[in-house]
Amino acid sequence: MAVAPGWWRRAWDHDLAWSFRRSPVTIVATLLTLACFGGAAFAPWLAPHNPFDLATLNLGDAFAPPAWIEGGQPRFVLGTDDQGRDVLSTIMHGARISLGVGLAAVAFSALLGVSLGLLCGYVGGRLDAFVMRVADIQLSFPAILIALLVDGVARVALPRETHDSIAIPVLIFSIGISGWVQYARTVRGSTLVEKNREYVQAARVIGRGPVAIMVHHVLPNVMGPVLVIGTIHIGTAIITEATLSFLGVGLPPTQPSLGTLIRVGNDFLFSGEWWITVFPGLALIVLVLSVNLLGDWLRDALNPKLR
Amino acid sequence: MPIDRDNRPLVRLIAVGRDFDVSRPWLNRVLEGAPRQLLRAVDGVSLEVQRGETLALVGESGCGKSTVARLIVGLYPASQGRIEFDGVDLASPGAFALRRRMQMIFQDPYASLNPRWRVRDIVAEPIRVLKLMASEREVAARVAELLQQVGLVADDGEKYPHEFSGGQRQRISIARALSGNPEFLVCDEPTSALDVSVQAQILNLMTDLQQRLGLTYLFISHNLAVVSHIADRVGVMYLGRLVETAAADDLFARPRHPYTRMLLDAIPDLEMTGKPRTPVAGEVPNPLDPPAGCAFHPRCPHANERCRSERPQAIASGSALVACHAVTEGRLQD
Repeated sequence: MAVAPGWWRRAWDHDLAWSFRRSPVTIVATLLTLACFGGAAFAPWLAPHNPFDLATLNLGDAFAPPAWIEGGQPRFVLGTDDQGRDVLSTIMHGARISLGVGLAAVAFSALLGVSLGLLCGYVGGRLDAFVMRVADIQLSFPAILIALLVDGVARVALPRETHDSIAIPVLIFSIGISGWVQYARTVRGSTLVEKNREYVQAARVIGRGPVAIMVHHVLPNVMGPVLVIGTIHIGTAIITEATLSFLGVGLPPTQPSLGTLIRVGNDFLFSGEWWITVFPGLALIVLVLSVNLLGDWLRDALNPKLR
Repeated sequence: MPIDRDNRPLVRLIAVGRDFDVSRPWLNRVLEGAPRQLLRAVDGVSLEVQRGETLALVGESGCGKSTVARLIVGLYPASQGRIEFDGVDLASPGAFALRRRMQMIFQDPYASLNPRWRVRDIVAEPIRVLKLMASEREVAARVAELLQQVGLVADDGEKYPHEFSGGQRQRISIARALSGNPEFLVCDEPTSALDVSVQAQILNLMTDLQQRLGLTYLFISHNLAVVSHIADRVGVMYLGRLVETAAADDLFARPRHPYTRMLLDAIPDLEMTGKPRTPVAGEVPNPLDPPAGCAFHPRCPHANERCRSERPQAIASGSALVACHAVTEGRLQD
């Protein structure tokens, strides 16, 4: 289909664009998010060094302070760690893993939560009662505990030699499974409202089956809140991943995420090499804060009561 | 094809009833000892819709007329009785194909169109679901034709429902209902959400389409002025029961059932004829606990002992079918 003339004009005049332009915090948060995402996604090309290429590492460069401090080298802007790896490069590669895991976990959560919520809301009855009670039970545990539990079970159940290679999928699953309840509850609530609207009845009279009605009619009308929850959930998922990695049950030091970097760097905090742990920590804060600010703005902008 | 095909009613309801379970949740019932509660929204309704006619169902809010509409199109299964379409029981396994021959127009034009769909997709949905046309080009041509048929332009198909007014949306609803080539349209208060001037346009469109396409309508309404404009025959419902069925002219000229009289007397007339009126008295009883005998007896000025104990059956009175002891006994004069 040809793009209608003036689509740019229409997008510019749209409510969302208008509210975006009026919020400097959101603009800054967007720029920071884009910087983080861009730096993370293109780390192999943008990073000044490849921290995983053992050939380029030189133990003689170890514990170099940031460039602006006495003894710092311009080659290593944020200094180096105990292996002589450039901290800036490890942060970029770490953020890549953190973001990847976070986004995948959110996608998994959303897929599971939205499907279950839609099904429960539309079908109702015993299925609904059962799934929602499971959700209630799960909500009484902290998310991190569930992620720890799943992670621990996976470690016991799976052979030891596969641990490192499947660490990322296991982490995505354990973070994802701890977050589906919010999606399911929200979608179920909206579905309960939508399924009694007349357009759904019209589709039933036409002869559409329940699955087609759920996917084609109800789903597009319940996705708005999911977008908001998803954006805010990205920050939480990244934090959960960092926490797990910090506790040592997440990603191994061979494929470090921001959380792993913070944990490893923590060992040197008291011996004076603060930059090894502080800069990954700052990167984590900036990343999560900007994503959360973006999510908050989206929630307010899409809420008709706050307009 | 049997010869009597044209005499056979297109739709026939035989003692149809529908109960809704309005009990408290299971846990409350167990803890509080509350019993199961059933609400009988439709109670023993029998009626026939002839081919090509418009049968209107009228009554107060909550009298079960919309439930009858939803029972016929299959949105609810009937709890009692059966519904026949073209002589075939709609509850029988082979009746799925029959459902394609009926469509429904809904009351609220703001809720009956999916806000996320383009109008062309809304109108084309029955064509695609029923696989009436092979190619997308045919579908597009048919959608354009349908939009023009209901007084819109073909380009309107590109828009979303929120870009239209209530009357235009109701036209889109009609186009969607027609796109499946139905014979029978169930219209659930299609004009009650519209302005009076727009109501007239929609009603004229509907009569026009009926003549051109040979449609049969079941028209649900609480607006007697609209009904007198469009209906051939009228059924009056009260508390889930059909109290009177008559030809429209006959019903408006000579109402028989006391409830029908009360409804018609409630219409203000501009000519100030000064004729004696029965004022609308009393309120509709709680449908969870309907009165014994005739459901209307607590409000009826002519009720006697028999009305309070024995439920009246629909009995022919002239050309009409009336369920009233006073009418059958001749206690009630015109």
